[in-house]
Amino acid sequence: AHTPINDDPRQPIRIHAGNLPRIDQETQHGLVSDVSLKRKVRNYTELAKGSEPGFRIYVQESSVLNDRHREAYVALRPEDEKAKTAAKLNPKGDEEARALQAFMCGNFYDVRTFGAVMSTGINCGQVRGPVQLTFARSIDPIVPQEISITRMAATNEKEKAAREEGADEERHDNRTMGRKHIVPYGLYRAHGFVSAKLAERTGFSEADLDFLWETLEQMFEHDRSAARGEMTTRKLVVFRHDSALGKAHAHDLFDRVRVARRNGAGEAPRRFEDYEVTLDRADLPAGHAIYC
Amino acid sequence: MTYGVKLRVGGDFACFSRPELKVERVSYDVITPSAARGIIEAIHWKPAIRWIVRRIHVLKPIRFTSIRRNEVGQKASVPVIRRAMKAGTTAGLGLVADAHRQQRAASVLVDVDYVIEAEFAMTARAGPDDNPGKHLDSFNRRARKGQCFHRPCLGAREFDARFRLVEPDEPLPAAIPEDRSLGLMLYDIDHDGDRSSLFFRAEMRQGVIEVPHPDSPEVLR
Repeated sequence: AHTPINDDPRQPIRIHAGNLPRIDQETQHGLVSDVSLKRKVRNYTELAKGSEPGFRIYVQESSVLNDRHREAYVALRPEDEKAKTAAKLNPKGDEEARALQAFMCGNFYDVRTFGAVMSTGINCGQVRGPVQLTFARSIDPIVPQEISITRMAATNEKEKAAREEGADEERHDNRTMGRKHIVPYGLYRAHGFVSAKLAERTGFSEADLDFLWETLEQMFEHDRSAARGEMTTRKLVVFRHDSALGKAHAHDLFDRVRVARRNGAGEAPRRFEDYEVTLDRADLPAGHAIYC
Repeated sequence: MTYGVKLRVGGDFACFSRPELKVERVSYDVITPSAARGIIEAIHWKPAIRWIVRRIHVLKPIRFTSIRRNEVGQKASVPVIRRAMKAGTTAGLGLVADAHRQQRAASVLVDVDYVIEAEFAMTARAGPDDNPGKHLDSFNRRARKGQCFHRPCLGAREFDARFRLVEPDEPLPAAIPEDRSLGLMLYDIDHDGDRSSLFFRAEMRQGVIEVPHPDSPEVLR
């Protein structure tokens, strides 16, 4: 049980504070935003696909710009030309908008997967991608810890001088103190959706989908940093409907994946083995395949 | 003659952005008719029909939270894409996240649950085999099975909407016992016209908001 920190329901409570891990302050569950997960998908794609045609990343991180060598593309494919003539009834603006969108979808994996907003000048509207990720939430409340760290050097001469001057007998060094926020352990669960009908529109293919699964499994393996510690994808459960519109309610399918604590309720979870993940396959609606 | 449907939708978070507060998004207190229409259309829509939201039942207390995220402050520019197409290269077309980073806070709703009552009318684009019964069946069948054309969301795509058909003869769940004047609220965008925003004065009476008909004078143009 917990006490909500805001008594007035209309008063916003905050899900951010400096560089602290994100927390749903009402429940103390940890959160990972959708954009954070999508960033990792994009980064893995850049690493794995390099400059492979059709796998450019539209929303880039600047660090990768340097090792880019750009090759030329055929701007418009023959199919697009056909689409152009077929859509004669439409005003010129729409036609061009479609060609532009097709170009972007064809060249950029993230546009074809997540979509993009294309406007300014002529409004091309938005490309709505088939893949939709939501906020990931930890299974149990998390308890972030603040760790003090020191650096054995000063940032600059001035700082160094000031520190030496102020140093007394006890502490005569030029250390810089820092802080690190860590989550000792958290098992987070994210839900995602792939709409087949939108995939048709952006050209998101079966191969793209397979690559997405690979990405979700591997994305943390190449995102090591001092801040993140050891993150890893523990389990990826895929529900596949044999109908483009779906065969069951998404929430019913999500409910089939249950995550239970294996160690005692009073004990803090510290490893994946402290959890038991079960998948309920009973009475699965026809036309479903589950991949784990 | 119109045909009504009832759909229950909910989720952990929702953001029905107020158009007047755009840079740092602030949600309206409740779902807008336009967002409700979007959810319905995610399940079934054809050019032959037009969905009209008639009533919104608010089933859970209105609560907010704030989320700050790194976003990019730019959109794909048409002239740049056009130039890239002409040149036959994607060089320089990307958007550099670090250079266009903006940190934005969003005030979003938490733990929402609504019943949307909507009806549809046939449009001028309806063909000879577009009878209303077919569309009504289509919607109800899909909603009952959990099917959708694309995953409906609560204002923004990261906030997915759970949905469930409320059967025609099923009693409606209780709305919150609260009256609140919600002020001037977005009704919808005039997609048939000049894409201007339409507004209405939203009043919540015992958790229920009556939504005016699009042709009524209560919809402010």
